[in-house]
Amino acid sequence: MEEKRSNSAGGVGGMALFALIGFVGALVVGWGIFPKMLYSQKTQPIRFSHTVHTQLGIECEQCHHLGPDGRFAGLPSTESCAECHGEETGDTSANGKEIDKFVKDYVKTGRQVPWLVYQYQPDNVFFSHAAHKGFECTKCHLDVAKTDTPPPYYENRLSGYSKDTMKMWECERCHASMGTSNACFVCHK
Amino acid sequence: MSGHKMEFPITWGMVIDIDKCTGCGACMASCQTENNVEPQREASNKLRATSWMLVYELTNDKAFPNHDIAYLPRPCQQCGNPPCVSVCPVIATDKNENGGIVSQVYPRCIGCRYCVAACPYHVRYFGWYDPIWPEGMEKTLSPMTSVRPRGVVEKCTFCHHRWTQAKDAARVAGKDPDNLDDGAYVTSCVQNCPSGALAFGDIKNPKHKVHELVKSPYAFRLLERLGTDTQVYYISRREWVRKLGDNYLKSE
Repeated sequence: MEEKRSNSAGGVGGMALFALIGFVGALVVGWGIFPKMLYSQKTQPIRFSHTVHTQLGIECEQCHHLGPDGRFAGLPSTESCAECHGEETGDTSANGKEIDKFVKDYVKTGRQVPWLVYQYQPDNVFFSHAAHKGFECTKCHLDVAKTDTPPPYYENRLSGYSKDTMKMWECERCHASMGTSNACFVCHK
Repeated sequence: MSGHKMEFPITWGMVIDIDKCTGCGACMASCQTENNVEPQREASNKLRATSWMLVYELTNDKAFPNHDIAYLPRPCQQCGNPPCVSVCPVIATDKNENGGIVSQVYPRCIGCRYCVAACPYHVRYFGWYDPIWPEGMEKTLSPMTSVRPRGVVEKCTFCHHRWTQAKDAARVAGKDPDNLDDGAYVTSCVQNCPSGALAFGDIKNPKHKVHELVKSPYAFRLLERLGTDTQVYYISRREWVRKLGDNYLKSE
């Protein structure tokens, strides 16, 4: 009896300690280690500064516009960038070097820049930019207009999708609050 | 969901004139390329091959000189009361959207094939193999339709992606996306039919020509007595063809 009582008295403190260690450990793994393991971090091939371009008075729609048939044209091609950046500048500033890198690697070789699209959707999703024209771009997209260096791109190691890809529940929640249909074929193909 | 008919303000319908169909198969070929159906490895194996649009040969079973044949193209009939929807245990297929097109969501499908068994028109196909495009042919893949993996059921969607594109084009042109012009949205098979046997449009819109075509005295639907209330109509001036559209007793 004596032995048993002393055991249980020591067990309460010990158990609380172990529970605390376990709890803190779970938080560290769940909030810190696992998300880092799940996503691989990538940087854009060219450090494109949206701030520099918006300060010049260029509107979002000048580069990211709808086509005449209503399809979203997405990101500008190397050719449209080359309308301004056709030649190497020889500028030794950080921005100048980046422009020269773009001209040398893509304009001269005629290749397209493999930009990482933060919100690329799976191929069974149809998203109509034309239908959502009434909304501010930043309602769904990162406000890249205020970034000098593009934010890092996080790729889910399991699914291969970007961390910023809009999830189905987000689409559905907005559709429900707007009174828009949530039928499968409204968005899926 | 089951057992009751759904009504939609827009009802996309197809009208197929069997007397104009030459059985050339252009609808089948254009459907396969439009909808990323893999090049069939053994198309003669009818239990394993996939063809969202399929042309059947009909015959009146009479000897010369009374012998006659007809060809019947068969897309998904987009039933008003779809037997496939009521049996789906995971709501991978549903009819709940304006337009009345029976949807099929491949990532949600578990491949149980209840719907394949339930469909009286055999429009549903199970993917028995991983789709493979021989080298070079992957360039024919369309970004407008998703590719199905092995183990899910697929079917004709009335080229639903073309509707979304047509709506976008209308929005940019400042037109009403819910009141498209006749011909603004047609399926791939209708567009590619060389003899003009296929027509497509909104059955409820008086400005669309199918609105009149379905009222033809020669118009009929397949297995109408089942109460499926399909959105695909057939036209034939030959009585024996119309008779083959349903099951009749000898006395009828």
